[in-house]
Amino acid sequence: MLMYTLKRLLLTIPTLIGVAVLVFFMLRIVPGDIVEVKLRGDGGNVTQEVVEQERKRLGLDRPMIVQFGDYMWGLARGDLGISMWTERPVIEEIMIRLELSLEVAILATIFATLISIPLGTAAALFRNTWIDYVVRIVTIGGLSIPSFWFGMIIIVSLLTFFNWLPPITFTPIYVDPVANLAQLIWPALAVGYRYCAVTARMIRSSLLEVLAEDYIRTARAKGVYERLVVSRHALRNALLPAITVMGLEFAFLIGGLVVTEQVFNLNGIGQLFVQSVSRNDFMLIQGMVIMIAGFYVVINLVVDLLYAVFDPRIRYGG
Amino acid sequence: MTNISPAAPAAAQFVLPKRPNPVLTFVRAQPMGAVSFVVIIVMMFAGLFPQFVAPYNPLDIDFASILAAPSWDHWFGTDAYGRDIFSRIIYGSRTALVIGFSASLIGSTIGAILGIASAYFGGRVDNWIQRFVDILLAFPIIVLALVVVAALRKTVIYGVDVNLIIAISIPIIPRVARVVRAAALSVNVMPYIDAARAAGYSNTRIIFRHMAPNVTAPFLIMFTAFIAQAILLEASLSFLGLGVTEPIAAWGLMLSGNAADFYREAPWMVIFPGVAISLAVFAFNLFGDSLRDYLDPRFKT
Repeated sequence: MLMYTLKRLLLTIPTLIGVAVLVFFMLRIVPGDIVEVKLRGDGGNVTQEVVEQERKRLGLDRPMIVQFGDYMWGLARGDLGISMWTERPVIEEIMIRLELSLEVAILATIFATLISIPLGTAAALFRNTWIDYVVRIVTIGGLSIPSFWFGMIIIVSLLTFFNWLPPITFTPIYVDPVANLAQLIWPALAVGYRYCAVTARMIRSSLLEVLAEDYIRTARAKGVYERLVVSRHALRNALLPAITVMGLEFAFLIGGLVVTEQVFNLNGIGQLFVQSVSRNDFMLIQGMVIMIAGFYVVINLVVDLLYAVFDPRIRYGG
Repeated sequence: MTNISPAAPAAAQFVLPKRPNPVLTFVRAQPMGAVSFVVIIVMMFAGLFPQFVAPYNPLDIDFASILAAPSWDHWFGTDAYGRDIFSRIIYGSRTALVIGFSASLIGSTIGAILGIASAYFGGRVDNWIQRFVDILLAFPIIVLALVVVAALRKTVIYGVDVNLIIAISIPIIPRVARVVRAAALSVNVMPYIDAARAAGYSNTRIIFRHMAPNVTAPFLIMFTAFIAQAILLEASLSFLGLGVTEPIAAWGLMLSGNAADFYREAPWMVIFPGVAISLAVFAFNLFGDSLRDYLDPRFKT
């Protein structure tokens, strides 16, 4: 188990290096950089000289290969560089916004778990009845309704029916849980719907597969209550693939947050990413992409290990 | 009766059974898929001939009817410039379909070629392609699209932002490559591929003439499903102000900018474009889903 963990951990390194290299060169395919946007963005009239000076100050005049070496060396030491716009360390910029985004992601996960398990189970048990069809429509809706628009609809509804808007300033949950939840529960709902839909579909199909297994027939044959057959024998096994999907979707929640944070005006990772893209802040984009990819890779690893923990066949089978 | 040769009635009996109409069998097996297909057709008609459907010009500014509520004159109301929202949605379906179709087609085709090549050549080529796919898969779809948007400048050809299409198609590539590779691996061990190799056909010929036609089913399923994704992605990027730009009518764009300032006064500005996005994505998702159930025998029970 330990060897397996270590091996998997080592295998993530080439992927992350690949991500770093790819992002670095992709952003530099087309010439032009942040200096142009920063100094000439609002139609500012600046001489070429000033532009060159700024470029020199940010180290953008050096040959690309030197910049690349510098960047990779920084990465090896865990340094993501300095934002070209705010000139603060990239890690710092990310860290001050991480708490908010992470909390929304966790709230969304709780919401998705609570709803998707009963939904998916009901759809599988009442397969091809109206219940199954309703769940199918609700879940495909979750895959189709853009989470940012769902967020807008939540805001419109709160305004129309309660004449109330969620607070705009972020209060950490340990300072004032009520104010904190009043702000973050809505974006969590907006991104959680899709999450819930994906998981419910997975649970439905894996539960259907498990229910066709021999050991379910055996359990029924020896007279186990149907309720217990489902909860003890079937659901436990069916939840394993669902865990994989939940893990990967959790890592990808940032994708939903990128747009939804904009709707709720939350100063989180997603908004930072959109800002850095519209400002051409390459260092910040690179740093965030590597962090997001790293997060994905780690979650992937954790899911695989959890799998082994929950399924003894994998643990002992080698 | 007696002097008819024995061969004649036998020949009459061996009339080939009538081939079931594939469209009819699909409709019977997947009624929801058929309904979604009708929605897609209606949308395509609106996108192709918006001038016959839309009552107004989508760009016409009318200061006399700013933020008008839905009425007989303006079915879905008007926006902050007095533009008719229904007409803008109809014209927006063209934007969504053009970008959705082309991005999904480019992404799925490149992905499919990579996947087949990966399965066909195996060994080192397979290894390299799979590492590349792994790297691309570590990006959430929208994050990868945004990186491409940041990297490439806007290039507009015939009123379509080519780089936006590229940005949307790139995240599709690894996802299709992975699925098609799995399908192509099972084709690769078929005797007819061995036969083609033994006949001395070139690799290109075997890949395009012998392997590609046999992975059409997963390709079509992925292609349809990713049209939905591409439409969603285009709407998200346009909403962020990094996709389609004014004054082109696009659903995501209609939700961005000042739409948020009128949550209270003009909720129709928010509601209808979102319904259009959801309906389009819903239709393609449902159709892709039904197509999978119909084409993939593994899911048949």
